[in-house]
Amino acid sequence: MEALPKWADAVLVPLISIVIAFAISALVILAIGENPLEAMRLMVEGAIASTYGWGYTLFYATNFIFTGLAVAVAFHAGLFNIGGEGQATLGGLGVALVLLNVAWPHWTVALAAAVLGAMAFGALWALVPAWLQAKRGSHIVITTIMFNFIAAALLNYLLVNVLKPAGQMDPATARFAAATVVPKLAHILGAVGIPFNPRTPANIALVLALVAAFLVWILLWHTRLGYQVRAFGKSEPAARYAGISPVRITLWAMLISGGLAGLMTVNTVMGEAQRLVMNVSEGAGFIGIAVALMGRSHPVGVVLAALLFGFLYQGGAELEFWTSITRELIVVIQALVILFTGALDEMVRAPLARLFVAIRGRR
Amino acid sequence: MEAGRATSGPGGRPDTAAPAIELRGISKAFGPVQANRAISVRVARGTIHGIVGENGAGKSTLMSILYGFYRADEGEILINGARVAIPDSEAAIRAGIGMVFQHFKLVENFTVLENIILGAEEGRLLAPSLARAREELARLARDYELQVEPDAVIEELSVGHQQRVEILKALYRKADILILDEPTGVLTPAEADHLFRILANLRAEGKTIVLITHKLREIMAATDSVSVMRRGEMVATLRTADTSPEELAELMVGRKVLLEVEKAPATPGRPVLEIDDLRVTDRKGVERLKGISLAVRAGEILGIAGVAGNGQSELLEVLGGYARGRGRVRMNGAEIDLSGRHADGQTRRAAGIAHVPEDRQRLGLIMDFAAWENIAFGYHHDSLYQRGALLMDNRRIREDARGKLGRFDVRPPDPWLAAKRFSGGNQQKLVLAREIERSPDLLLVGQPTRGVDIGAIEFIHRRLIALRDAGKAILLVSVELDEILSLADRIAVMFDGRIMGERLPEATDERELGLMMAGVVPGAEREAG
Repeated sequence: MEALPKWADAVLVPLISIVIAFAISALVILAIGENPLEAMRLMVEGAIASTYGWGYTLFYATNFIFTGLAVAVAFHAGLFNIGGEGQATLGGLGVALVLLNVAWPHWTVALAAAVLGAMAFGALWALVPAWLQAKRGSHIVITTIMFNFIAAALLNYLLVNVLKPAGQMDPATARFAAATVVPKLAHILGAVGIPFNPRTPANIALVLALVAAFLVWILLWHTRLGYQVRAFGKSEPAARYAGISPVRITLWAMLISGGLAGLMTVNTVMGEAQRLVMNVSEGAGFIGIAVALMGRSHPVGVVLAALLFGFLYQGGAELEFWTSITRELIVVIQALVILFTGALDEMVRAPLARLFVAIRGRR
Repeated sequence: MEAGRATSGPGGRPDTAAPAIELRGISKAFGPVQANRAISVRVARGTIHGIVGENGAGKSTLMSILYGFYRADEGEILINGARVAIPDSEAAIRAGIGMVFQHFKLVENFTVLENIILGAEEGRLLAPSLARAREELARLARDYELQVEPDAVIEELSVGHQQRVEILKALYRKADILILDEPTGVLTPAEADHLFRILANLRAEGKTIVLITHKLREIMAATDSVSVMRRGEMVATLRTADTSPEELAELMVGRKVLLEVEKAPATPGRPVLEIDDLRVTDRKGVERLKGISLAVRAGEILGIAGVAGNGQSELLEVLGGYARGRGRVRMNGAEIDLSGRHADGQTRRAAGIAHVPEDRQRLGLIMDFAAWENIAFGYHHDSLYQRGALLMDNRRIREDARGKLGRFDVRPPDPWLAAKRFSGGNQQKLVLAREIERSPDLLLVGQPTRGVDIGAIEFIHRRLIALRDAGKAILLVSVELDEILSLADRIAVMFDGRIMGERLPEATDERELGLMMAGVVPGAEREAG
């Protein structure tokens, strides 16, 4: 008999963790002489009280869904992919190359091509550490994080020396052709009669992210590859016994993980910036780790956690704008949420389990 | 304490003197699990007291409370009639309690002497303590047949000798009460006999011994009294002389059980598995299999006897396809690739080899997977389980699992339950259901009843016999000599990576097999003599 019912484990534990994280954040805000209730109001108002806020919240959430799914897939294979940053960076390069070098007739084909470009580049960037892990035993945490730096340096070099149009001051590519502009969320929702603020970056990539989440769910729980990935992730010796090749599964899991991380740039590079700039990933690769942890590496959990972090990002930006609460402190709040939902949830789960036992015992 | 000891004679019966150990109403819960429920028991001084029970009956919890690893929720402990609190193992040692764990707690690269004084050093310099320990060790060796070379490094000692060091450690700390947890699991029969002689000597000196074991034969042979635990409760405490293995088994399980295996003589057919000069070298470059040659025929069970760690695991690993080896292995006449370069578990299964691994929790099951997912484990390529080119037919697998769980009496028969939620015996039945129902030409099975309750053992043995009777070949590896003797149609004994010889079960006995397990071939001896 489980001490904790499944619903409590999936819903109650993260919820209580978030409440604790917010409570401690409130104390911190109080300590620097600001009103936590006012801060909360500003965050909620800025992030979800208007379609403008929602537009940004969903835009950030889209990034986090992709990077969260990336980390989650690797997690299921027992691999800690902290190279989401680098894979996203390369994904952005893939999107840019695809969109700059072909005269796409319509945004739909351009989108399909960008998706393939982003996935291919992200996947290949993850393939190298995966191969080193599978064949050489080089720890994937070390190699993926190293590859983040290499990716950043590579992009820097390419933007400055190769991709920057002559005469342009900032290190970025030329703007993509107008035909490659994808519909914004406002247009999509407008088509079905829902008014939405058009001056926000949220775009069709959100739909893509949700489709990706669904496909990851299918992959993990309804395909043979997913079955093998999960088995390998739970126990490598058992996987060997069952005739599951550790090399093959490591490579596949990382290819998919890197591809998902790369996909995030369809949202940022193609959907928003319309050109490739430095710092493509904007830290979303790392946030993806927290999102996957909080979402229990389940696609539904990842989507929900990504929404929460999107809220924190957008709400935090508003907070920074309207109060004397600095950017650093907002990072502290986000870190507290990560700490409590990701790392310390056992702290909540154990007492909760005891409580459930006590309640059940009384009946 | 000295006065107390004088009142009870050696080999003493429970008499008017205060018992060495008395537990009153001990209860302990882990979350929702009541591991111990109001347990009361008295162990008389100078006796050997056995505690038997199935896995999860609460034996280890009870002893951990006595040794200060856990604190009881309720109840009290009396040592020599005085109430004591045992919050940690230091307090247990002060109270005169010593514990010999199933898995030894020795520093492998220390000498015997260094291990003995570890934690009992007197002063900052080691030399005086070591000298004292050396003297004391010599005395203990004389008194109790506990000979160990004091300057030997632990990792070079045999398992039996390592265990003696554990006992010496406890005695060096002036233990009057010695608890031994499954002490014979890793010993040869000869080593086990020696251990019981040591225990008898200790009893003669007035020491009190608590022996935790699941081997009823040992209980009958070595103890004065015995307590039976079932589901966290102490269901009976009996004088050993007044009981029988059958009664103890019934008390443990709560129903009548058949201890003997019933089987008809085998009718072996063509050779299914032929092994010729099989060698395995491990990562450290140590040769673990030194040229094994064996054949298993259809319709027979070949039992591999031996003390754990003599190459049996490596044999199963190579045959199962998850370790590489050299030599020739033929399955149904076709040569098997031993290079380990391919996903061999799959090719083995395709060749008709099913495998119940020795360690079901580490290898045979994904503990976090539901039972139905585990039913497909290793057979996930089976076309029956696929739906189209991409998807797995989970519904089909669950249906299949439901049937297999039912036919193998896995309890509860719930395909959604995670493997880790099943008891050891039911986990094993889950693995057996998966492997046996494939009706393989060859079944490799390692330690089929390790950690399995008596009731389930009976069932598992019947299923293995039934598979044999269906004309299939079975290679059985077990460290339980009883199991080998009752199941196998032919017995091969392994020692140090070699086959010491083959015997027929009706033409051999435990003594001869025990000698072979220790590396002595009695036949060769006779010839030489």
